[in-house]
Amino acid sequence: MTLLEARDLHVEFTSRGRRARAVDGVNLTVGEGEIVALVGESGCGKTTLARTLLGLERPASGTVRYGGTPLAYSTRALKAYRREVQLVPQDPTGSLNPRHTVYEAVAEGPRIHGLRDERQRVASALSRAGLRPPERFFPLYPHELSGGQRQRVVIAGALALDPGVLVADEPVASLDASVRGEILALLLRLRAELGLSALVVTHDLGLAWNIADRVAVMYLGRIVESGPVEQVLGSPSHPYTQALLSVLPDSPAPVVLRGEPPDPTRVPGGCRFHPRCQVLAAGKAAEAGVDGRCRSQPLGILPAASGPQVACHFAEGSRTPA
Amino acid sequence: MSEATARRREGIARFWRDYRAQRAGLYGAAILVAAVLASLATPLVTDPSGLDVTRATGAKMAPPSLAFPLGTDESGRSILLMIMWGSRVSLLIGFLSALLSMVIGTVVGITAGHFRGWPSAVLMRVTDWFLVLPSLVLALVLAAILGGGTSTIVLAIGVTSWASTARLIRAQTLAVEARPYVERSRVLGAGHWHVMTRHVLPNVAPLVLANTTLTVASAIVTESTLAFLGADSGQASWGSMLRGSYDWGAVTSGAWWYVLPPGLCIVAVVLAFTLCGRALEAVLNPRLRGAA
Repeated sequence: MTLLEARDLHVEFTSRGRRARAVDGVNLTVGEGEIVALVGESGCGKTTLARTLLGLERPASGTVRYGGTPLAYSTRALKAYRREVQLVPQDPTGSLNPRHTVYEAVAEGPRIHGLRDERQRVASALSRAGLRPPERFFPLYPHELSGGQRQRVVIAGALALDPGVLVADEPVASLDASVRGEILALLLRLRAELGLSALVVTHDLGLAWNIADRVAVMYLGRIVESGPVEQVLGSPSHPYTQALLSVLPDSPAPVVLRGEPPDPTRVPGGCRFHPRCQVLAAGKAAEAGVDGRCRSQPLGILPAASGPQVACHFAEGSRTPA
Repeated sequence: MSEATARRREGIARFWRDYRAQRAGLYGAAILVAAVLASLATPLVTDPSGLDVTRATGAKMAPPSLAFPLGTDESGRSILLMIMWGSRVSLLIGFLSALLSMVIGTVVGITAGHFRGWPSAVLMRVTDWFLVLPSLVLALVLAAILGGGTSTIVLAIGVTSWASTARLIRAQTLAVEARPYVERSRVLGAGHWHVMTRHVLPNVAPLVLANTTLTVASAIVTESTLAFLGADSGQASWGSMLRGSYDWGAVTSGAWWYVLPPGLCIVAVVLAFTLCGRALEAVLNPRLRGAA
C-alpha cells in the first residue's frame, strides 16, 4: 500500500532573477515497509525533493500525499504530519544541538507534541536505535559520542515520534566506512521490526544496491529511470544510469560524461540528458533513428508505478521491437 | 509537571557544580557579592547625614586619616561614606539599565533574526535609527523631559543603548538558525516559540552575558557622564564624585584620595562582571569546558 507519494511535483527557486526548476515533475511513491533509494549526482534536485516531501519546501505545483491525503501547509497540519514522516539528516554532528544532552535531543519531538511517558519513550527509542542500555546515554553530550552514535541518536529522535516513513538524506555520507554498514543494518532492522518505510537519498549506488527495494534515478529535476533495484542497477536501460554504474570500481569500461554539470536554470529542450548523452554522441541513437526526437521531443513524466520504467527515446525504441 | 521541576532543579545543581570549577568566575562573583552586600548594608551601618554638605565635619580636602580613612572632599565630607552611598546608586543604575538594554536588545535581535521578511526589516530600521541617534544627547533629553530621578536615568540609558546589542544578537540568531539542528527541530514539529527559546536563546545567551558585562560597565560610565553633564539622579554616585573631583581640581592639587577610590571602584566592578561573564560562558557552552 502506498504511504508517501509525490504526485506531479514541481519545486522552483528564484535566484538572481532566474528561475531554477529544482524539481521538475516527479511522481514517486514509497509503499508500506518499502525502502526506496533516490540516486543522482549533486545538484540534480534529490535533496530538494526530500525536503519537499518533508514539508520544508512548498511545491510550485503538484502535491505531496501521505496515506492518500494531500499535505496541507497550515501550522497545525504540518505539525500532525511531522509525527508520520521524519528526517534522518546528512550530518548528525550538526543536527544535534551541542547544548542538549542525548536525552533532551531525543525527547525534543515528544515534548513538542506533548506525548506522555516521555522517559520511557526516549529509552525505547534509543534502544531501538541500538544504543543500549539507553540510560547510560541520557546525560551525554553530542561531543562525547562517536559519529555513528550521533547518527543513532538522531534516528532515535525520529523514532520517538513513531513515524511511518523516514526520509534519510545521505544518511551515511559523513560517517566512516566501518560505521556505514552498522547504520544501514539499523535501517534494515527497523524496517523488519517496525515495518518502517524509508526514502533514502544518496549519490552512492552501492548503498542503494545494499539497502533498497526500488531505485529511482534522478537527473536535472526529473526521475529518468525507476524500478526494482536488481532491474535498474543490474541491467540499466537509461544511458545516464549506465554511465553512473560504469564508473564504479569493478566496472569494465567507464563512461565519462561530457559537458557541464546540469544547470536547473537552463533545462535543455528535448530529452534533458541529450547534451551529455553518450549513446547520442556515439551515434547509436542515430542508427536507431531517434536522434531527432532526442534533441527536440520532450519526454513525458514517468508515472509512479512499481515496475521498471525509463524515460529515454532510445531505450523505448530498442525495447519496443523486443 | 513534577518531572520537569526535578529536571530543572537538577540542571541548577549541575550549573552550580560547573560554575564552582571556574576559579576566576568565583573571584568575580566574590567581588560582586561583596560590592552588592556592602551597598545593601550601607544604610544599616552608616549615617547618611554625613553626605549633607552643611553638616560635614571634616576639614576641606583632607588626606586620609583615622577619622576619615579615605580623606575628605571639598566640603569636608568623608570620601568613604560617599563611596559607600554612591555604590548603591551606581550599581542600581548600572544593573537596571543594563537589564533593560539587554531585554530590549535580545527580544528585538531574536525576533528580527527569526522572522525574516518585513518584521525583520521594520525592526532593523528602528534599530538603525537608535544606532545613529547620538545616544548621550537623547539620554540627556529624556532625562530632562522626564525629570530627575533614578528611574529616569535607568530609562534614559536603557532605551538608548540596546541597538548595538540587537544587531549583535540578530547576527548570532541568523547563524544559529542556519544550523542543521534547527531544521531537525522544525522537522520534529517545532514552532517559532520552541525554536526561539530552546535553540536560539541558549545559543545567544553567552553572547548576551558577555554583552551584559560590557553594558553594565558602559551603563555605569554613561551614568557618570550624565551626572558629569548635570543630569544626575540627585544622589551621590561614583560618577558624580568623579565630576566633583574634576570640578575642584583634585588631580592638580594632588588629592588622589578623591579621584582614585571612585575610579578603582568602577574598575573593580567592571572587572568582576567580566570574570563572571567569562565563567558563565564556559559553563553554558559545553565545548569550551576544559579548554580554559
